[in-house]
Amino acid sequence: MKILVPCKRVPDPDQKLRLNAETVGIDPAALTYILNPFDAIAVEEALRIRETSHPDAEVIAVSIAPAEGEADLRTALAMGADRALLIEHNGPTDPWNVARLLAAVIEHEQPTLVLMGKQAVDDDANQTGQFLAAQLGWPQATFASQIEFIDDGLRVHRETDLGIEVIRTTLPAIVTADLRLNEPRYASLPSILRAKKKSIEQTTPAELGVQLEPRVRLIGMELINSQRHCEKVETASNLLEKLRETEVVE
Amino acid sequence: MKILVLMEHDGTALRSGSGAALGFARALSEDITAFVLGENLEAMADEAAKLAPVLVADHPSLAAPVADRWAHVIAEVARAQNAELIVATSTTWAKDIVSRAAGLLGGAMASDVIGHEMVDGELHLRRPMFAGAVNATIVLEGSPKIITVRPSAYDAPTAATTPFTIEAVATDAFDVEKLPNTTQFESLDRKTGARPDVTEARIVVSGGRAFKNSEDFEQHVGGLADALGAATGSSRALVDAGITPNSLQVGQTGKIVAPELYLALGISGAVQHLAGMKNSRVIAAINQDPDAPIFEFADYGLVGNVYEEVPRLIAELNGDQ
Repeated sequence: MKILVPCKRVPDPDQKLRLNAETVGIDPAALTYILNPFDAIAVEEALRIRETSHPDAEVIAVSIAPAEGEADLRTALAMGADRALLIEHNGPTDPWNVARLLAAVIEHEQPTLVLMGKQAVDDDANQTGQFLAAQLGWPQATFASQIEFIDDGLRVHRETDLGIEVIRTTLPAIVTADLRLNEPRYASLPSILRAKKKSIEQTTPAELGVQLEPRVRLIGMELINSQRHCEKVETASNLLEKLRETEVVE
Repeated sequence: MKILVLMEHDGTALRSGSGAALGFARALSEDITAFVLGENLEAMADEAAKLAPVLVADHPSLAAPVADRWAHVIAEVARAQNAELIVATSTTWAKDIVSRAAGLLGGAMASDVIGHEMVDGELHLRRPMFAGAVNATIVLEGSPKIITVRPSAYDAPTAATTPFTIEAVATDAFDVEKLPNTTQFESLDRKTGARPDVTEARIVVSGGRAFKNSEDFEQHVGGLADALGAATGSSRALVDAGITPNSLQVGQTGKIVAPELYLALGISGAVQHLAGMKNSRVIAAINQDPDAPIFEFADYGLVGNVYEEVPRLIAELNGDQ
């Protein structure tokens, strides 16, 4: 059984962002990148499936990034992924085209399960897994907090606004990981060193036969700073007085 | 412009946020149809008909909101209606099902839209990125365009005195035999509790790392929420520590809320948390650290220990000082 784990390279969310001179993007200078935290959870889940129920599973990490994106695939390898594939691409991608590139890889690799993060913490779109499932005609289980293999399918607990929903899907399937699915492991130093020596398979959109068709055109960006001025109060009583003045508290 | 607005419901009533999608659609066009799908939809259809003409797909095969089926029907109906724009309010339902429908309709989709503008005949959409640190303005290429809007960004239209028409989707518009069948609904463990839902409440009282265990959280955050008739929320730290359930998490990866009042108790104000609440109308914070980032995003701040200050607030609100 193959488990494919799409891994997105994202700017580290814990750094101060600056816009580029044209204000149509983030200034890439001095930006540090990490593996999208939700994708790290997906990698972890794939490894746990291999370690517990499916010892034959092969875990394949895939990323779409410039050549430097290798670093984030090595994070997945250091955690324990068996193989890594880089689809080398410079410039922006949107969920529709990411899904098309992944669909081309899936056609070639024929995985039983695709495990990926529910969203990437840069564009926060929360679309790619669903687009991919739609393109392939596969079932999807989004926002998974628990995954279980049953008979010839999956039982998945999903975190929804209304509560925890349980669904069953056939396989192959797309599952997107929510925060509580697991806590990703830290790679040990020896495995980081071993991962540095592993080879990363390379391909390009052209080699996959995919001509990108942009769906999202970026017009501009603005940094959001707080417009509020905090009025400090001395006591709980004073705070309540202020809240009553705003008429939201009776 | 022909717009199809997807109305979300919980099986008994429309979800209150659904009106925001209609409000957005109304700002763009007069040619709007509200679409409700599921089973036994009479009450929901009547409710929607107060706001716009309604199209209903009411069928036993749509009893549970499974993505493969519902997305298929949405896409079929959108095509049959020649909808140029398909709009829903951003919730986990929309993220799951509407995104999949968008994947069947060519993938021109924008999530979590908070503003728009027509510029030279092009629809410019504003949406947050990077946990709300940035607002991006984008244009979608291709048709139809699929958009989800934040519930706090648009108001529902006012109800009409005479209801609009309700029409059923012709059953040949979606062939039941051809419906996808890869997913089965098993159960839904509905959140129960006397307090309002954090995404729908007028006031949200939220607790952070300052609370050491579930009992303390319930006593202080829960106690203050009850005194105010508010919902409770929590920072990710408490969910990760097992102190609060994940349904309470407010932030980039949890619930996005924008109530009239957000009370942050012992929450330092990490970027990921601010992303979930900074559009609230009034924000007040209590924190022991005078330099906590939450104060930069608050209208009122009290520097103090939540274990001392919150009981005072509760006592004063309950009139027993």
